[in-house]
Amino acid sequence: MKVKLLSGVATVAVLAMALTGCGGGSSSGGASGGGASEGGAGAAKTIKVGFAQTGSESGWRAANTKSMKEAFSKEKGFDLVFNAADNDPAAQIAAVRSFISQGVDAIVIAPIVSDGWDDVLKEAQSAKIPVILEDRTVSASEDLYAAWVGDDFKKEGETAGKWAAENLGTADTNMVVLEGTTGSAPANDRAEGFSSAIAGTKIKTVASQTGDFTRDGGKKVMEGFLQKFGADGIDLVFAHNDDMALGAIEAIEAAGAKPGTDIKIVSIDAVKDGMQALADGKINYIVECNPLLGDQAAELVKKVVAGQPVEKTTYAVDGAFDQEAAKAALPTRAY
Amino acid sequence: MAGVVRHRLFWPVVSLLALVVVNAAARPGFVRVTVRDGHLYGALVDILRQSAPLMMVALGMTLVIATRGIDLSVGAVMAVSGAVALTLIDRSADPGAVGTVLVAIAAGVGIGVVLGMWNGFLVTVLRVQPIVATLVLMLAGRGVALLVTGGFITTVTSPPLKFVASGYVFGLPFALWLSATAVAVVAVVQRRTALGLLTEAVGINPEASRLAGVRSRGIVFTAYVASGGLAGLAGILYSSNIMAADANAAGEFIELYAIVAVVLGRTSLLGGKFSIAGTAVGVLVIQTLQSTVLFLGVPSAQSPVFFAFVVAVVVLVQSPQLHRRLGRLSRRHRGPAPATAQQPARDMEVSA
Repeated sequence: MKVKLLSGVATVAVLAMALTGCGGGSSSGGASGGGASEGGAGAAKTIKVGFAQTGSESGWRAANTKSMKEAFSKEKGFDLVFNAADNDPAAQIAAVRSFISQGVDAIVIAPIVSDGWDDVLKEAQSAKIPVILEDRTVSASEDLYAAWVGDDFKKEGETAGKWAAENLGTADTNMVVLEGTTGSAPANDRAEGFSSAIAGTKIKTVASQTGDFTRDGGKKVMEGFLQKFGADGIDLVFAHNDDMALGAIEAIEAAGAKPGTDIKIVSIDAVKDGMQALADGKINYIVECNPLLGDQAAELVKKVVAGQPVEKTTYAVDGAFDQEAAKAALPTRAY
Repeated sequence: MAGVVRHRLFWPVVSLLALVVVNAAARPGFVRVTVRDGHLYGALVDILRQSAPLMMVALGMTLVIATRGIDLSVGAVMAVSGAVALTLIDRSADPGAVGTVLVAIAAGVGIGVVLGMWNGFLVTVLRVQPIVATLVLMLAGRGVALLVTGGFITTVTSPPLKFVASGYVFGLPFALWLSATAVAVVAVVQRRTALGLLTEAVGINPEASRLAGVRSRGIVFTAYVASGGLAGLAGILYSSNIMAADANAAGEFIELYAIVAVVLGRTSLLGGKFSIAGTAVGVLVIQTLQSTVLFLGVPSAQSPVFFAFVVAVVVLVQSPQLHRRLGRLSRRHRGPAPATAQQPARDMEVSA
C-alpha cells in the first residue's frame, strides 16, 4: 500500500512538472536565433538577457536575485527576463528553452542541479545565444557555455580552516562538523578545503554529520553531539553554513555552555543573522560566500555579447570576518 | 504472557526498547538523565522534546488515515503557520510580550485549521481523492509561506516564544507537556465518546456506515480540520525551536515520517481501526532512530540507508503474515509445539 501511495505521489508530481513545463517547450530546434547577431553591434544597444534562477530557497538566494536584478537593470542597458524555477530542474530547463525561443541576446543560468544540461545548452549554441553560468556549475562540456562566475567553495573552506589552525591548532582541540546537504558541491568542497588547511595541526574531528544546511538540522545534530560528548568534550564547531551554526548556538546554550567562549564556532556564508551572532560574540569567525555576483555577471555578459574574449572561470571576492570586523561591517551590510 | 505477546502494541514497544538498548550498549551515556538548573537533562529527554512536532502531525495523520484518507499537506501547513506567527511577532511593537506571542500562536494554529477545512472541503464536498486534494496544498503551501516571509528566514527575539519549545515545567520540557496533552485530548475525545467508533466505521465501510445513519461527511471533515490544526501547532513548535520561520525547511518530508509513524503503530493505511498509543510509540521509534544515527556515528552518506534498513526490519518484525509463516516453519522443524510462533521473529529483532 505504501509503495502504491508513494508511486501515486510521484505520478502526480511528474504530471505537475509536465504541466508547468509546457510553457517553453514549443520551439526546440532553435530556428529563432536572430537576436544574437544584433547584439554583436555594440554595448550601447539594450541587451536582452534571460536569467534562470534556482528559486528562492534562502536569504543568500534572495540577496543573489536582488543583486542580479540591479546589475541587469534598464539604466545599465539591459532588458532582463527573470525566471525563478522554484528548485524544479525540469521547470528550469523549460525556462531556458523559452529564453531560446524568445531570441534573447544572452542567457544566465544558476543551475539547480549539475546534470542534464547537455541538450538544452546545445540548443542555445545552435541558436548562437551565449550562456553564462552563475553560482553553481554543470557537468556538461566546457565549450557549451561561455563563462562561469561564482564562489570558490574550496577556498572558503580553506580560509575557515586556516583561521582554526592558527588560533586553535597548537592545543588539543576536539572538533565536530555540521555538514551541508550530502553530496552537494558546497558541502564537499568546503569539507575538502577545511581538511587540507588543518592537516598536521592538533585539531581532531571527533564527529561529522549532515545538518542539511538548515537551522533545525544544525540544532538537532548539535544536540546529539552534546549528549554524546558532553559540552566539555567539544572545543570547536565547524558549520558548513551560518544557518546550521545558528541552530548549534541554540543547542549549546540549552546545554548550559557559552557559544563562542566554551565552544568556538567557525562558519561560512556571512548572512545577516550570522553576522549579528558574530558581532554578539557567539560565533568566532565567518568566511563570506558572496551572493552579490550581479555586477561580475553583467560585465561578462557585455563582453561575451560584444564578442570579446573572457576568462572561463571568474571567482567572486569572498571576505572573512572576525568579531571586531563584524561589528564594523554590520551597519552597512547589503544582505 | 501469550496475551501480552499478542497485544497489538507488543511489537512496536519491543522495537522501541530494542533501539534504546542498542544505543545504551554503544554508549551508556544515552540513558543517563541528570538534573541541571532544576530540570531533567539527557539524550532521552531530548528525544521526547524533539518528537513533539512529529507527534502532533502524526496524531492528525492517524485520524485522517483512519477515515481512509491521507494528508500530504501537513509539512506545508507547518511552514505557513510558522511564517504567519513569526511575521506577526516580528512586526509587532512588543515582540517579547506574552500577549503578542499568544495572539501569534492563535493565528498560526488558526491558519492551520483553515487550511484543514480547505482539505476537508475538497475531500468531502467536492469528492476529490484525498491524495490529490492534499497534494494541492503540499505544493502550493510552501509558496504561500515564502510569500509571507518575503523569501527570507524571519528571525525573532522573544522569550515567551522560546519557552514553547525550549522551556521547562516541573522539570520536563514544555513541548513534551504540549504533545502529551494533545495525545491525551485526542485519545479521550476518540475513545471516551462514540467518535472513535464512528471514525473506524467510516474507514471500514463508508457506504455501510452512511446507510446505518453515520454522518460520514462531518466525521471525515473533522479529521482533516484536526490534522490541519495540529500541523499548525507543530509549525509553531518548529519555529520556536530555532526562533525563526524557515519556509523552505519547516516540516520538509514530515508527512512521510508521520505516515511511517502511523504504520509502525499498527494503524492500517486501508483505514478503519486505528491506535493513538501505537502512533505515539511509532513517533518515538522514529525519533530514537534519528538519535541513533548520531550516537553510533553513522556517516552522513550512509545514514539514509541505515534508517531505511532499520525501518524495514521493524516493519517486517511486526508483520502478522511473517509471524504466521515463521510459526509454520518452526512447527515443521520442531514438531507440533504450540505458541512458539514468536520465537524466530524475536531472534530477528536482536539482529536489528
